[in-house]
Amino acid sequence: MSTAIGSDATSASPAVNPKGEARSGGAPASGRGPRESLLSRGGAMLVMAIFTLYFLVPIWWLLVASSKDRGQLFSTNPLWFADFKLFENIANLFAYRDGVYLKWLLNSLLYAGLGAVVATLLASMCGYALAKYRFPGRETIFNVVLGGVLVPATALALPLFLLFSRVQLTDTFWAVFLPSVVSPFGVYLSRVFAEASVPDELLEASRLDGAGELRTFFTVSIRLMFPALVTVFLFQFVTIWNNFFLPLIMLRSEELFPVTYGLYAWNSTINQFPELRTFVLVGSLLSIIPLIITFLLLQRYWRTGLGSGSLK
Amino acid sequence: MRHTKRAVTAALLTSAALALTGCAAGSDTSGGDAAAASCEPAGEDVTLTFTSWIPGIEDAVAMWNEENPDIQVEVQTGPSGNAGTYQNFFNQLEAGNAPDLGQIEYDALPNFRVQDGLENLAACEDVVAAKDQFLDWTWGQVSLGTEDEVYGVPQDQGPMALFYRSDLFEQNGIAVPTTWDEYRDAAVKIREKGGYITNFSQTDINQFAGFVWQAGGEWFANDGEEWNVELTSDASMKVAEYWQDLIENDLVSTYPAWTDEWNNAYNSGEVWSWNSAVWGANSISSGAPDTAGKWSVALAPQWESGGNAAGNWGGSSIAVFKGTDHLYEAAKFALWLNTSEEALTSLNQTAAIYPATEAGLELPTLTEGVEFYGGQPIYDVFADAAAQVNPDFVWGPTMTQTYADVSDGFKAAASGSGTLMDALEKGQQSTIDALKAQSIPVAE
Repeated sequence: MSTAIGSDATSASPAVNPKGEARSGGAPASGRGPRESLLSRGGAMLVMAIFTLYFLVPIWWLLVASSKDRGQLFSTNPLWFADFKLFENIANLFAYRDGVYLKWLLNSLLYAGLGAVVATLLASMCGYALAKYRFPGRETIFNVVLGGVLVPATALALPLFLLFSRVQLTDTFWAVFLPSVVSPFGVYLSRVFAEASVPDELLEASRLDGAGELRTFFTVSIRLMFPALVTVFLFQFVTIWNNFFLPLIMLRSEELFPVTYGLYAWNSTINQFPELRTFVLVGSLLSIIPLIITFLLLQRYWRTGLGSGSLK
Repeated sequence: MRHTKRAVTAALLTSAALALTGCAAGSDTSGGDAAAASCEPAGEDVTLTFTSWIPGIEDAVAMWNEENPDIQVEVQTGPSGNAGTYQNFFNQLEAGNAPDLGQIEYDALPNFRVQDGLENLAACEDVVAAKDQFLDWTWGQVSLGTEDEVYGVPQDQGPMALFYRSDLFEQNGIAVPTTWDEYRDAAVKIREKGGYITNFSQTDINQFAGFVWQAGGEWFANDGEEWNVELTSDASMKVAEYWQDLIENDLVSTYPAWTDEWNNAYNSGEVWSWNSAVWGANSISSGAPDTAGKWSVALAPQWESGGNAAGNWGGSSIAVFKGTDHLYEAAKFALWLNTSEEALTSLNQTAAIYPATEAGLELPTLTEGVEFYGGQPIYDVFADAAAQVNPDFVWGPTMTQTYADVSDGFKAAASGSGTLMDALEKGQQSTIDALKAQSIPVAE
């Protein structure tokens, strides 16, 4: 035994030595640490740079393509500007068919903005109730809501259409708005966050001071839950903004279209009506601006909300 | 983007499945009250709903609304048929709130017919009487090859001819081909100059079907009882072998159509001609703007010297959906939209619609020279082609699936791992299977 260990040790030691020598020979020992971290940091930076490029190039292309007229679109470098006609193109887009694009943009803002506000309010109340009140069936309800997170919105679109047809609500504002104010994920997030950030003692104190439940919720709890609410709002805003299948199935009247659906409709007829190509490009570029603005404005809250929501 | 696409596909599949089961159940009940709709005026003011994706069709409808206060038409819109509107029609039929009228391309009509989604306009005297105003073959498209049925009023058509770069052909001393044999000879010469005579698009099965149409072939036939599937008929295989030969010998390019690279190939002069429909005139002028003034149009190359056959690519009709309460008014509007000079002029100006009526082809805007084509009155050529389209070509009831299957095979052929003939054989079999799966009688 001992010999075996010994021989192992001896056979191992020469293997260690050359390695150690090789390392120390390559650079002074003191430089070892920073140099390694520089390398790994460099690698990480490279990977991130590649991904950044991967995500940004399409947007760059969109910006460049939107600034060209139709002829230059195919004959000039796709990643660099030719004659800069962006503002002319935008003016043409807004003028086309009495500014129907502007109408779509406003519709999207209404569906997504108002829808997300109502969805946030409903989700926070529901999540708060599930977190702070004890009542029979509480866990069952919560599990059903959790199950709702798993059902893709597209799978519900057709059943919703058939339901809305019965009550003659298809092709109305409500057909797109009502399904948008439901956010199972928002309920989940609100519950988790309410449990973590609204202390029971505070609620007790508030009740002792004579505040009703509603007042407690709106004056005390909702402020504590604010980061989560911003997160829910942002999630829902993006979801509604990008929701495409529901409007596709529900809407027939051009003046009700959100911008995604309108652009899709135009894009589907480019073969027959090639002049729409520029409008689709410029329209797509403009349609991401509200999303970027919302994101930048709310990013601060959103990060804290998501962080605490997912950790606790 | 990719996610959206996948989601859309998934959802379309689900909804298609639902629609199928729904339709099966629905047809049982509708069989009970089979009282054929009569074509009588309502005797009161009516409002019709009309779905179309053609930009600018509102202008024509506005004219109608002004002149007909008792029959008002509301335009509804959406993406082009195959991009979602057809599926919406089926959903709406299922929910019982379909519009009164809808835009339906010729190749989709049999599908709606088989699903019992359309009113038979043969009940309306005016419609039947209007038959002579339309080109024979466009009427064949809406009557689905039958005598006593009419499922829509033809709107536009896509007779095919040869767009070619007259400057390049002339500079290189190559004669404009009048037969497909000459076309191949020209292809060899052009390849020697470093260009391609044309692009064979593996995604445009409709173009290929147009070639088969020109060659006297049919893909479907309906004898009133069952469907015959003839994707592998002699004419169809002859066309496939011809193009397979060009692909194998690298005599044609194979870019997917309507992409940037495809536009660029035409814009840069790499590709010299395009066998396309009348609406292709706009595709070239917008996709290859640098080549303005250098294009001309000639009748399509023929299979036999001195022949006079033309194919068709595209075109659509205005159909009246099952369940409308206003068949008479709907038919009246559809007729006006597609026969009156004011409507046809408006549609031609706003959306370059190429009418399906004899008189429509004589519109002043369709007899003028076109600047992009060196001042040539190109629509005269298409009017000639329109008169040469075989009237008996019929589409099948499962075209979406047939296109998809054949297109898969064509993609393989373009990349060298299969042939166009294989693709047609596979399409033949899968089409028969699809018909059987929907309990549509099919002959084998």
